[in-house]
Amino acid sequence: MKKYAILAAAMAACLTVTGCGAGQNESAAAEDDNTLIVFNYGDYIERSVLDMFEEETGIKVKYEEYVTPEDMYTKYQSGAINYDLICTSDYMIEKMILAGELQKIDTSSMENYDNLDPTYLDFCKSFDPNNEYAVPYFWGTVGICYNTEMVGEEVDSWEILWDENYSDQLIMENSMRDAFIVPLKLMGASINTVDKNELLEAQQMLFDQKKLVMAYLVDESRDAMISGDAAMAVIYSGDATAAMDANEDLDYCVPKEGSNIWFDCWMIPKTAKHKEAAEKFIDFMNRVDVGLMNFDYIYYATPNQAVYEELDDETKEDYTIFPDEETLSKCEVYKYLGEEDERYYNQLWKELKSY
Amino acid sequence: MNTNKRKLLTGPYLVWAVGFIILPLLMILYYGLTNDSGSFTLDNLLAIADPIHAKALWESVLIALGSTLISLVIAYPLAYILSNMGGNKSGTIIMLFMLPMWINFLLRIMALQMILANTGILNAILGFFGIGPLHIMYSKTAILIGMVYEYLPFMILPIYNVMCKIDRNVIDAARDLGADTKTVFMHVIMPLSLPGVLSGIIMVFIPGISEFVIADILGGSKVLLIGNVIDQEFSLTNNWHLGSGLSIVLMIFIFISMAIMNKYDKSGEGQMIW
Repeated sequence: MKKYAILAAAMAACLTVTGCGAGQNESAAAEDDNTLIVFNYGDYIERSVLDMFEEETGIKVKYEEYVTPEDMYTKYQSGAINYDLICTSDYMIEKMILAGELQKIDTSSMENYDNLDPTYLDFCKSFDPNNEYAVPYFWGTVGICYNTEMVGEEVDSWEILWDENYSDQLIMENSMRDAFIVPLKLMGASINTVDKNELLEAQQMLFDQKKLVMAYLVDESRDAMISGDAAMAVIYSGDATAAMDANEDLDYCVPKEGSNIWFDCWMIPKTAKHKEAAEKFIDFMNRVDVGLMNFDYIYYATPNQAVYEELDDETKEDYTIFPDEETLSKCEVYKYLGEEDERYYNQLWKELKSY
Repeated sequence: MNTNKRKLLTGPYLVWAVGFIILPLLMILYYGLTNDSGSFTLDNLLAIADPIHAKALWESVLIALGSTLISLVIAYPLAYILSNMGGNKSGTIIMLFMLPMWINFLLRIMALQMILANTGILNAILGFFGIGPLHIMYSKTAILIGMVYEYLPFMILPIYNVMCKIDRNVIDAARDLGADTKTVFMHVIMPLSLPGVLSGIIMVFIPGISEFVIADILGGSKVLLIGNVIDQEFSLTNNWHLGSGLSIVLMIFIFISMAIMNKYDKSGEGQMIW
């Protein structure tokens, strides 16, 4: 995926030049039509669901994909296309709520909104205080995926990522905030801390760790774990599930110190031209049959209670997808840090990469 | 009339050049020389003095120099041998070098990843002979291998072209005057091939200095290059001003390198007259 991000970055310059001209035509054409423009992460929907929606409602779906929330925001801000519905992650949603970029979603008229488990709606309140702007789609955790053949002990703590026995066999997340979860949680701090002393201490721990790190990767870490190149990797639960499917020696744990629980949600930007159609689409996504189709394809944890109940016991007990409540209680949702602290974070990250 | 028609023919390229070369350059200049509030500033250029950015530039220069040097050591003898070969044979070998260039760059780097990985093809082969495993992947060595692999054809082709153009009569004349093989090489072939070497160096070093994709994929993002910094300023931090400012510095740096090369190139031509 990273590679597409790189390509996208290379193309971004071209797009900004041509974007305004071409984009306006596109959105002008869409305005008249019975069309819904959806913007989602790559490979993050069962495609046949889109056809079903088009057939049932007669609304045409224009479906686009992006790689990182930052890419999405850059493209959204360019204003080239008026997206009606965007699926993105918690901290970006909070940032966009604070920037006044989102519209309230009318959930009261939705038939299937009650399918959502209130536990997860409560989690979502940490970035969307009244559950007004975002409807959860999937959730997951960040943890350690490890190869039981190469790691002879039980993994239950972030501490193992500083164990010199695994020097040059560890893969860290190559994304700023995910990398900082590890030292912050180990210190017992919040992953949303903006306390400079705590952040500096965390950075120091990452400095110390760097000599043991084999590589900082994002999507490639899954392949490295599958092929047995690395003994363990800090990884998203969804990637861990996929890796474990491909290699039986792999296991996943959310360390006892707690971690990040993340939510990807649907939201409607203020520039949306087809709000009603967007709400119809969200409601459609929450329908049991549709939710199941998406779950089977994506295999991330669903916040949809009705879908969860339809799963077989083995899947329900799969702790990679659905961690136990005690672990969950120590997990935190990312909060948007604010521009100034984010800049500070960026600086710390750059220093780490340069170290 | 005729010249007007001919001017029309440049139309497609002009559109291309304005849209994809001149406009982006102007935009980078604009962003690089302004701050968030749109007023003029040089801060984005001076930011190169920040220790992190300076170190990143230095790492980039070192890696670009390293890959240029290795490419040169591999390419020069090869080009020399090829230029002495008959037309058909050397054509085939040149073709072999060109062939990978027709495949997408990212695919090639990812293939290299499969080869160099701890459990990759190279280690499987070495393991068969009881050697290794070598930990090449995610190191500077891997980055260098990737860059040499990527840029080697750009070093071979110009040197090969120049060597093929060397007038055989000049070499014969040198021999007639009693020069041995070493003297012929040192005083005839090498000076005459210098322009090719210089353009080869330019074609490897210049793109190499802004390289960051290879460093990310093969280096495991452990080394921060100036290309990484610029990439992050655009995509992660959303600070287009700083990203553009550093791009301008990099461009200035590249222009200086080219100017230095050109200067040496001239002395190369001087030797040619000799």
